[in-house]
Amino acid sequence: MFEQSISTLAQKLRNKDISSVELTRLFLARIAKLDPQLNSFITVSEQRALEQAAAADILLQSGKGTSLTGIPVAHKDLFCTEGTLTTCGSKMLHNFIPPYESTVTSRIQQAGAVMLGKTNMDEFAMGSSNENSFYGAVKNPWNLDMVPGGSSGGSAAAIAAGLAVAATGTDTGGSIRQPASFCGITGLKPTYGRVSRFGMIAYASSLDQGGPMAKSAEDCAHLMQAMAGFDEKDSTSADKPTDDYLANLNTPLTGLKIGLPKEYFGEGLDSKVADVIMAAVKEFEKLGATVKEISLPNLQLSIPSYYVIAPSEASSNLSRFDGVRFGHRCDDPKDLLDMYTRSRAEGFGTEVQKRIMVGTYALSEGYYDAYYLKAQKIRRLIKEDFVKAFEEVDVIMGPVAPTTAFGLGSKTSDPVAMYLEDIYTLSVNLAGIPAMSVPAGFADGMPVGLQVMGNYFAEAKLLNIAHQYQQHTDWHLQTPTMAKGA
Amino acid sequence: MNWEVVIGLEIHTQLSTKSKLFSGAAVGFGAEPNTQTTLVDLGMPGALPVFNKEALRMAVMFGHAINAEIGMTSVFARKNYFYPDLPKGYQTSQMDHPIVGKGYLDVMLEDGTTSRVGITRAHLEEDAGKSLHEDFQGMTGIDLNRSSTPLLEIVSEPDIRSAKEAVAYVKMIHSIVTYLGICDGNMAEGSMRCDINLSLRPKGQKEYGTRTEIKNVNSFRFIEKAIYTEIERQADILEDGGRIIQETRLYDPEKNETRSMRSKEDANDYRYFPCPDLLPIVLTQEYVDGIKATLPELPSQKAARFQSEHMLSEYDANVLSSSRAMADYFETANTVVSDAKLTANWVMGELSKLLNQDQLDIENSPVSAQAFGELLVRIKDDTINGKTAKDVFQAMWDGEGSADKIIEAKGLKQVTDTGAIETMIQTILDANAAQVEQYRAADEDKQKKMIGFFVGQVMKASQGKANPGLVNPILVKMLKG
Repeated sequence: MFEQSISTLAQKLRNKDISSVELTRLFLARIAKLDPQLNSFITVSEQRALEQAAAADILLQSGKGTSLTGIPVAHKDLFCTEGTLTTCGSKMLHNFIPPYESTVTSRIQQAGAVMLGKTNMDEFAMGSSNENSFYGAVKNPWNLDMVPGGSSGGSAAAIAAGLAVAATGTDTGGSIRQPASFCGITGLKPTYGRVSRFGMIAYASSLDQGGPMAKSAEDCAHLMQAMAGFDEKDSTSADKPTDDYLANLNTPLTGLKIGLPKEYFGEGLDSKVADVIMAAVKEFEKLGATVKEISLPNLQLSIPSYYVIAPSEASSNLSRFDGVRFGHRCDDPKDLLDMYTRSRAEGFGTEVQKRIMVGTYALSEGYYDAYYLKAQKIRRLIKEDFVKAFEEVDVIMGPVAPTTAFGLGSKTSDPVAMYLEDIYTLSVNLAGIPAMSVPAGFADGMPVGLQVMGNYFAEAKLLNIAHQYQQHTDWHLQTPTMAKGA
Repeated sequence: MNWEVVIGLEIHTQLSTKSKLFSGAAVGFGAEPNTQTTLVDLGMPGALPVFNKEALRMAVMFGHAINAEIGMTSVFARKNYFYPDLPKGYQTSQMDHPIVGKGYLDVMLEDGTTSRVGITRAHLEEDAGKSLHEDFQGMTGIDLNRSSTPLLEIVSEPDIRSAKEAVAYVKMIHSIVTYLGICDGNMAEGSMRCDINLSLRPKGQKEYGTRTEIKNVNSFRFIEKAIYTEIERQADILEDGGRIIQETRLYDPEKNETRSMRSKEDANDYRYFPCPDLLPIVLTQEYVDGIKATLPELPSQKAARFQSEHMLSEYDANVLSSSRAMADYFETANTVVSDAKLTANWVMGELSKLLNQDQLDIENSPVSAQAFGELLVRIKDDTINGKTAKDVFQAMWDGEGSADKIIEAKGLKQVTDTGAIETMIQTILDANAAQVEQYRAADEDKQKKMIGFFVGQVMKASQGKANPGLVNPILVKMLKG
């Protein structure tokens, strides 16, 4: 049952083969049994889940609801959920129970989905391995010695292990796509502005974007139907009608023009990963697509650009965590400065402190032009690279990450190696375009994700492409051994 | 040494929008702490700002009123610093691309001369909350009602050369924003606050001296006094061969002194950068022109019209147009009486006197402009003379009714019957035969001096009701014999 797609489960719920309460209990039981090995959840909201499931059953009884009604999902713990602890993976928010609901979780809730709980993540979404969580590292269900990727590592691991049907994630520099790749699931980072950021705890506001994570593209499309759309509470959200993400899934790919950027296949890319990607591209050719080499010349510059812009915004966004109104406050502050410095020193982990310092430095008087402004200029170049590329091709394909999941602790002492993990994902966020990670095979027993990048607001096209691939391959249907044990 | 003072002002005006700059919370003074807040004003995680377009309209109006370039693309920036009543850890303001660019105002000084003060820019920003230090036993209370209230910060060039000029400039800004209806102008409640940048230099020197900034001065009187005090302080230091330290100072009205708040070394690096939660504001020419068309008549335009249309002096026209309420009062009263000079004298004289006495704004005058006009009609048509009118006005002020009702009830109608006046004069002349003799013997100059005595006697006999305009010629004629 835990391996079923949303469409199948929705049918079963509607046919009363199973109730939402039963389905929810099944997933809660799986979480209780398997999550101690994975640590993918920070909070399991059993009571809320069962209440929502009961409400969904009533709705389903009367033949109402959507395809998500009664489906158990999980939310990354940076979406504020009213009345449910929201930590952002940080000690800073170990006691933070929001009195409001994020737009994303609210829309998914309105569609009738059941919230099982809140998934683990790198603290404040800063990380590529999910090792930067105050609540402990998440393990990869395919190999418990490996990282699940980050920052949405909890969501990815939970889906791969069958602890939730689908989940939300957020992607600032690859945080949906890279863990999706490492855990062998499907994830979509939408166009910047397609999904509301209201109630999403900000890391880097101009890059952050929420999106769906699930086993298949079709399941992601179901989530997108609910999540996407203009929100007047987010000034950067796109006031533009959404597509029907389910309607075009079956459009044939004949004539699809795929671009392969040569920079994505150069030095640093694991050859086994490259083989998987090239095999996937071959599969698309069989489906009628044509392939062409293209160039995204400024790819290398995406790392310095990103690691200036994101920390700069973060240094400002995280200023509100000051111990004054909510979150962690140090014991017995002797004065204001002491309260600020100790609350923040105690509340934030090392990686967060590091990025706050980098960002503060980059924005400082005398350095702003050399760092922040320069990074913004590079950002424009990167965007122009994509705009040019999409004049030639419909989609761009490449790897999500240079390697498969790496060992827990193997890169924690080498931040540069860790940052290089993001080389293929960062430019998408800098440009603001949508991209997916689609399971495309395995290398040494670990999943490999194919990255599919599209033009602005081409989410429906990406989902269509991924779905067609998944109709002809079964990589997305593979289940890790540990998940079968329950 | 002969010092020249150089002053630039930053005026924070609170825009009178219904809701806040970035949230739907109501704006208001005096509500219970933290009741006028939303997630946005509280700086909750994940809360996002949504720009209030009404504040934009008001800012553009102001831009037009000071002949400024309007920023067709303006950008909100974050000014980062930590303070307990700054909930997000940054203030959303505008830095490189303000909504209002370069403009100017022609300021009328007391001696009748005009000086042009350049305005560097005016930008939109949100206010912070308030820290409350009393009633918390050594702790600090935070009230975020004011958080995210819209402000327009108006920054002048260092063009001001005296305390009087500074006050005249601030008064003019005050009058413009209240004319436009974009600020209630209530300085006591903090709707207008002024930062004063001040330096001295030897007369004739081109380079500016080191300046200090006096923060948050909130009345016209305090602005003037703070400037005088700071000039004196800086001059004392410079004349003793000392150096001025660039710093932020506070004006203490009770001790009439400025005190150091923080020096430049302690100054924050605000790390401004464009706010990624808000899109740049891009205006169309159509929008900007549309707002220009809605601009009301401004003080300077009104003053010019008062001179040309009502033949008032420049001084009178400027005083009357300095506040929209006073100008409206003047114009309404004048419509009733159709005598602009008379109306102007009375508005600036008796009315202003009684308003001052009772510390009332003209909006709260107990005598309406219409009733005031009716009183003036009775002066103009000689029903009462000016002196009596003052008593009638006082009675109106005290709530005794309309001018006509009071004149009737108190029997104050002026005697204009020449026969009756002649009879009265004859009685006076008969009773003062000796004085009449002296008068008749005197030369013309002496006679002129003596006539006052007879006029006084007649007025006294008539209990002030005799029309002085009639008494004089009749008296002169009868004295000739």
